[in-house]
This record gives sequence, structure tokens and C-alpha cells, in this order.
Amino acid sequence: MKIVALTGPETAKVSLGGIVKEISIALIDDPKPGDYVVLHVGYALAKIDEAEAERTLALLAAEGSDALAEFSAAGEATEAPP
Amino acid sequence: MNVASRASRSASRRLDLAAGRVDLTHGAGGRAMQQLIEEIFRPAFDNPMLARGDDQAAFEVVGGRMVMSTDSFVVSPLFFPGGDIGSLAVHGTVNDVAMSGARPLYLSAGFIIEEGFPLADLERIARSMGEAARAAEVAVVTGDTKVVERGKADGLFINTAGIGVVPPGIEISGDRARAGDAILISGSMGDHGVAIMAHRAGLEFETTIVSDSAALNGLVADMVASVPTIRVLRDPTRGGLAATLNEICHQSAVGMRLDEAAIPVRPEVLGACELLGLDPLNVANEGKLIAIAPAEDAGRLLGVLRRHPLGRDAMVIGEVTADPARFVRMATRIGGERMIDWLAGEQLPRIC
Amino acid sequence: MKHLDEYRDAETARRLAASIHREADTDRRYRLMEFCGGHTHAIFRYGIEDLLPANIEMVHGPGCPVCVLPTGRLDMAIRLAKRDGVILASYGDMLRVPGSKGQSLMKAKADGADIRMVYSTLDALKLAEANPDREVIFFAIGFETTTPPTALAIEAAAKAKLGNFSVFCNHVLTPSAIAAILEAPAVRDLGAVEIDGFLGPAHVSVVIGSQPYEFFAEEYRKPVAISGFEPIDILQSILMLVRQLNEGRAEVENQYIRAVTRDGNLRAKQAVSRIFELRRDFEWRGLGHIPYSALRLKDAYAAFDAERRFDEPYIASEGNKACACPAILRGAKKPTDCRLFGSVCTPETPLGSCMVSSEGACAAYYSYGRMRERTQ
Repeated sequence: MKIVALTGPETAKVSLGGIVKEISIALIDDPKPGDYVVLHVGYALAKIDEAEAERTLALLAAEGSDALAEFSAAGEATEAPP
Repeated sequence: MNVASRASRSASRRLDLAAGRVDLTHGAGGRAMQQLIEEIFRPAFDNPMLARGDDQAAFEVVGGRMVMSTDSFVVSPLFFPGGDIGSLAVHGTVNDVAMSGARPLYLSAGFIIEEGFPLADLERIARSMGEAARAAEVAVVTGDTKVVERGKADGLFINTAGIGVVPPGIEISGDRARAGDAILISGSMGDHGVAIMAHRAGLEFETTIVSDSAALNGLVADMVASVPTIRVLRDPTRGGLAATLNEICHQSAVGMRLDEAAIPVRPEVLGACELLGLDPLNVANEGKLIAIAPAEDAGRLLGVLRRHPLGRDAMVIGEVTADPARFVRMATRIGGERMIDWLAGEQLPRIC
Repeated sequence: MKHLDEYRDAETARRLAASIHREADTDRRYRLMEFCGGHTHAIFRYGIEDLLPANIEMVHGPGCPVCVLPTGRLDMAIRLAKRDGVILASYGDMLRVPGSKGQSLMKAKADGADIRMVYSTLDALKLAEANPDREVIFFAIGFETTTPPTALAIEAAAKAKLGNFSVFCNHVLTPSAIAAILEAPAVRDLGAVEIDGFLGPAHVSVVIGSQPYEFFAEEYRKPVAISGFEPIDILQSILMLVRQLNEGRAEVENQYIRAVTRDGNLRAKQAVSRIFELRRDFEWRGLGHIPYSALRLKDAYAAFDAERRFDEPYIASEGNKACACPAILRGAKKPTDCRLFGSVCTPETPLGSCMVSSEGACAAYYSYGRMRERTQ
């Protein structure tokens, strides 16, 4: 979820899908509005590294397109069994 | 001054609606209770039957099948985004009656009020009920008031009962679903429960989430007139879509197969569910319905739903299957399969 | 929702499944353990096994803190809650777990014990501040993700000189549990299970980093892929493990690289080391006694340690003898192998912790997957 505002030395407001909640940022370094964080029991545990996220998505985008063709041709369904 | 004029002067002292509170005399059956009825309930519900002041309402019996339903409302908080316990009490019973395909006619309303409850809130709730009833074209024709000591009822509890008439040729019931039938829902899931839970948990909103509390009888009337072959109607209140579909499977001795990608959920509801650890399929709705109809009529039914303001986001979400185990299965959005179970225990207390 | 929707995408899932099917060697089996209960839940909730070939089997691990808490420790919490003047604050998951003699926190609450559900340690602190004449005990459970919040709460209580706040500490450590799974001696008596590779936990790894798993990869020659929570993360991690096994590699790979670094969260680790120290020994449900696997408060914070403050003894307890949770937690048995599963033990009437916790293998299988038996 995204930090929308810092509300104190150790608290911030985060937003997810239009819902805003106040959480603790005591466990992360240098939080800023616009940062995305991983949340657990009301505490931000880490910032999401945008560059690494991009790399992950790029790897995912490149994965399996060639396999898909032979996979479907082999008749194995990737949908749930009927 | 003689006794008679002193008595009439005290009787003409009106309720202090701004700052007054309900006390035990208001439930004792005497003059104080009469005042409550005359100054709050009767003007709010405003109909000739109630105005007669009898202990019962009399009306002509209509030919054909009648249906009756009752529900009690203990929602906390009493006022929430999109409604209050009063409008909820009207919508809830109107909808239960309408789910048989019936046209709702009359409601009763019973109030159990905690000593000390602000008259201003009571008046606001009664007015809200009156408005909801008029919008749904039903009348609250009889009622009851009790007051209990402080601490014995969390502010206010309301019971409503309702009756209605089923048009001829309409057979709608939970045990009529058949393998091959289409399953439709009238709109997004989880709005009401999340509006309540988020309000309680102190969450804020960038865009407001309001309860979807609404009377569905107008929509049902359109649906039933266009597609008389509808087999099942039900509104997914407590327990959400998951509980309601499982109930129908058990009543009809069938299974179901849904498509997760087809079930509409608003982004704010999804976000709140992520934060609160809830599944939107288990969350109560108060202005949505499930319809099961023969597959060949599904397209037409979807059109009727989408033309109505309360059914704009309607979707076909799956089909009924033959399954002796009566499971509700769902194709997940990534292409796997899971089942949708009844939820164990009370996930969200005092939601309606 | 950014950083969420992309990892739930159907088309990406299909391509990953296609790669997995193509690259999984049909001449061998792949037994992969997802350690973390959150992963078990996601696997069932999304039906991920439907996208895998039959020779890849997901084995469910003990990474569910509710599930591994021994009955005797829960009994202690119930006894603490029943003391006069105590308010016990607990995460919701623990409330319905059955203790000894048919007791539970939920039942104790119905009998009059003051037990409050909290979403975070901050709520428990607020309870202590709001009720100065009551003793507030926070029932702390969890692996390395919930431990830093507990540490911060204790520091805050010490700073505010709160005299009525204490913690009943049951925090446990992930690497110890993984070692217990792999260590022949401990597992030999209870039934060994052959695991080919591990899906590493998401949030735990955010805190401890990827470094602690390097020991297992090197020492036991088992590949590890640290995985995010979403279905795409899990599928990508499974593909990474398949590739490692095919290529004979045994490394720690980090699929969740957008949130996990090699060193983890230093602030969180430092907060924990200020407040806590290792216990010599701790009993785990299903894994037996494991040395240096759990934490307790340091002497400097003894005033905030509920065990010392209230002198409550630990009495080991077995729980239901027919309950297969111990074997299920080690991955030696599946939920359907348990005699009680689905008949007397259900989410409504749980007999064991694996069925109560939403992260437990039995609960996940029952709620999302029990229709599978019927399709066989």
C-alpha cells in the first residue's frame, strides 16, 4: 500500500484501493509520501523497491509465451478441471 | 386552577425532541407512551391504518398466495454511511418478502428502546423508516414500543414483520434450482458489511463507501414480469454470497460453479477487505439479490436487471450443476479451482 | 491496486504454468515445501495446484505460529486470563484454539474472563493506558514478523513507565523450524519426510533477509526460493525451484526481490535484539523440543515479562491423541490422512490448531479444497 501522508514521527497514513488507514512506520528508514510499503499487523516492514519490482514484472512478461503454444497444443488445460 | 385544566396542560407539553431522552414511562402503556407514538411514530409513518390508533391493523385479504417474513435488527452503530437501523429494518423485511416474487404491502415495527436513548435519534430513525417505506411503496401499519432499563439493550433494537402477495403463476423458492440454470447477481458484493466494519475500525475513505441498503421490490417486480420462469431469488445478507449460495445448494440438492472474474467487487471494498482480512464473498449485502433462472432466459433477465438503477452492475456469475455433494466451486481468477464454504463462526458481529 | 493486481494476473499465470509444465522433468518428482502458512492459504485459495503438473507436490510446512504453539503454552494464557484484574489482549486467531480439557480463550471469555481481541500491539498498549487499575497482558505469538512490533511495544511501555503492561512471549524463529524439518535426529523418531526444495516465507524474509537460508542451501543441498504472497509470486518461485533442481543447483534465490534484501530490516532486527534473547529450549507442536528456537525477554525487561511477573508454570500437555497436527505440521501427513479431519474436526468444531488457524493446512484444505476428494 501507498504512503499518502506522514502524520507523526512514527506514524503515516497509507492507502489501498481508496481506503486510508493509519499505521506505524517505526521500522522503516526515510519513509515518504508516494512510497509503497509492505504491511503486517499495523506496521510497515519494508518499502517496495520500484526498480526491482519493474525487473520482476519484466521477467514475468518474458516468461512462457513460447511454452504456452505447445502447452495448449498438447491439449493440457490450464483452466480448472470440469 | 382546577385539576382538569392542570391535567390537560401537562398533556399538551410536547416531547423535547432536541434534548429529551426515552425513560421507562415511555414503555409503560400510559400517557407517556401515547405521546411517543403520536409525536414520533405516527407522523413518521403517516398512514390511515396507523392513524386509527388501534392495537391492530385491518385490511382486506387479497386472493392468491400471501407471504410473510420477519427480521430483527441489532446493527451497531445505529447510524452508518448509507443508512441507519431504521431504513435497514424497512429494506430488510421488504426484501425478504420480495424474494418470493411477492409485492410487499404492509409492515409492522416493534421497538425495544434502552432507557436514556436520545429522542432526537429516535425521531431521526423513525423519519428514516417512514421515508424508506414510502419509497418502497409499503406502509408501517402497526407497531409496539417497549423500554428496558439502562444497559439492557444497546441503544435500540427493531423488529419488522412484513406481508405481501405473490402474482399468479410465479413459483420462486430456494429448492427450485436445477442443473444448467444460470446464476446472476444484481451488483457489487460486500458494500454493506465493509461500510459498517470500516466505520467501526476507524478507517477513512478517499472515496466514500456507503452501505448498499435498498428496497429491491421494484426491481423484483420488473424481473418477475419479464421472466416468470425465475426459479430462485435471495438476498445475500449475513454471511454474504458464500452463505446464501450454499443455502440454496442444500435446499435444491445441487452444486454450483462460479467464475471469480465475473463477480463485481468495488476497489474500495477490495482494499478494505485486504486491510481487515476479510473475503468479500463472506460479507453482508443489504441491497443486492441473487437470481437463478433457466439458462435460455439468462440474457433477457440480465437486460432487465441492467435497465434498473439497482441492477446496473448485474452479472451472470456462474451456473448450477448436478452435484450430490452440493459444493459451490469457483474458477479462481488465475485459472485454478477452489470451493466456497459456509463461514465458521461470526466474522462480523452486529452487521444488520 | 499497484503492486498487487499484477501478481494476480490470469494471463501471466497461464504462461508460468506453461513453463512449469514444459520444464518439469517427467522422470522425477518434485516435493516442494511452502514453509509459511500464508503461502499455504494462498495455494488453496487460488487453486494453484490445478496449474501444476502431477509430479510437483506442494508439502505444507509449519510456518503457522498458531499451529505450532504447544497446548501447554495456550493453557498458560488461559490461566493468566482468568486471574483477577487481568485483561488478556490477543490476536483473533488464538481465540478459538482448543486447549486442554476442552478449554479455549473464547470459552474463558464466555465464562467471564476479560479477553480482548486486538489487531496490533499498539491496541494492547492503549488498553493498558486506558485501564491503569488492571493488568494488561499481551499474548504475543508469531515468527519474526510480529516480533519487532512486540519489541517496540515493550520499549514504549518502558519509556512511558507503564506499570500494568506485560507480554506473554511465544515468539519463535523460522531458521530453527527449517532445521528441525531437515535434521535427521529430531525427525527420525517422528517420521522423516523427503523435501526437495523450499518456498521461503515472504514477510519473515523481509525482516531477517535472505542470508539466513544460505546455511540450509549449502549444508543440506536444498534449493530455496523466497516467495512473495501473491499467486504469481508463488508460481514464479516454483518455476525457479524446478530449474534449480533440474540444473543440480542448491542456492537461495529471492523471487520477492522487490521487498526482501540479503540483510533484511536492520531496524527491526536491532529492536528485537535490544529486548529479547534466545531461550535454551522451547517445545513446538509437531516438532518436539528445539534448542535456541524461541525468544524471551531480557532480564532488563523482566517487569514486562508476564511469565516472571505472574509466576505461571508450564505444564506440558498432549492434546487429542488422534489429532494428526504434529505430523501434518512436519509435512509427513496430509489433512486427509487424519482420522478426525472433516468428520469430528471441522472449522466449526476444531480439535487441533491446524484447523482453527486460517493459515493452518487443515483449515485451508477444508475451506477451499475439500471438494477435490470427490473429483478423484
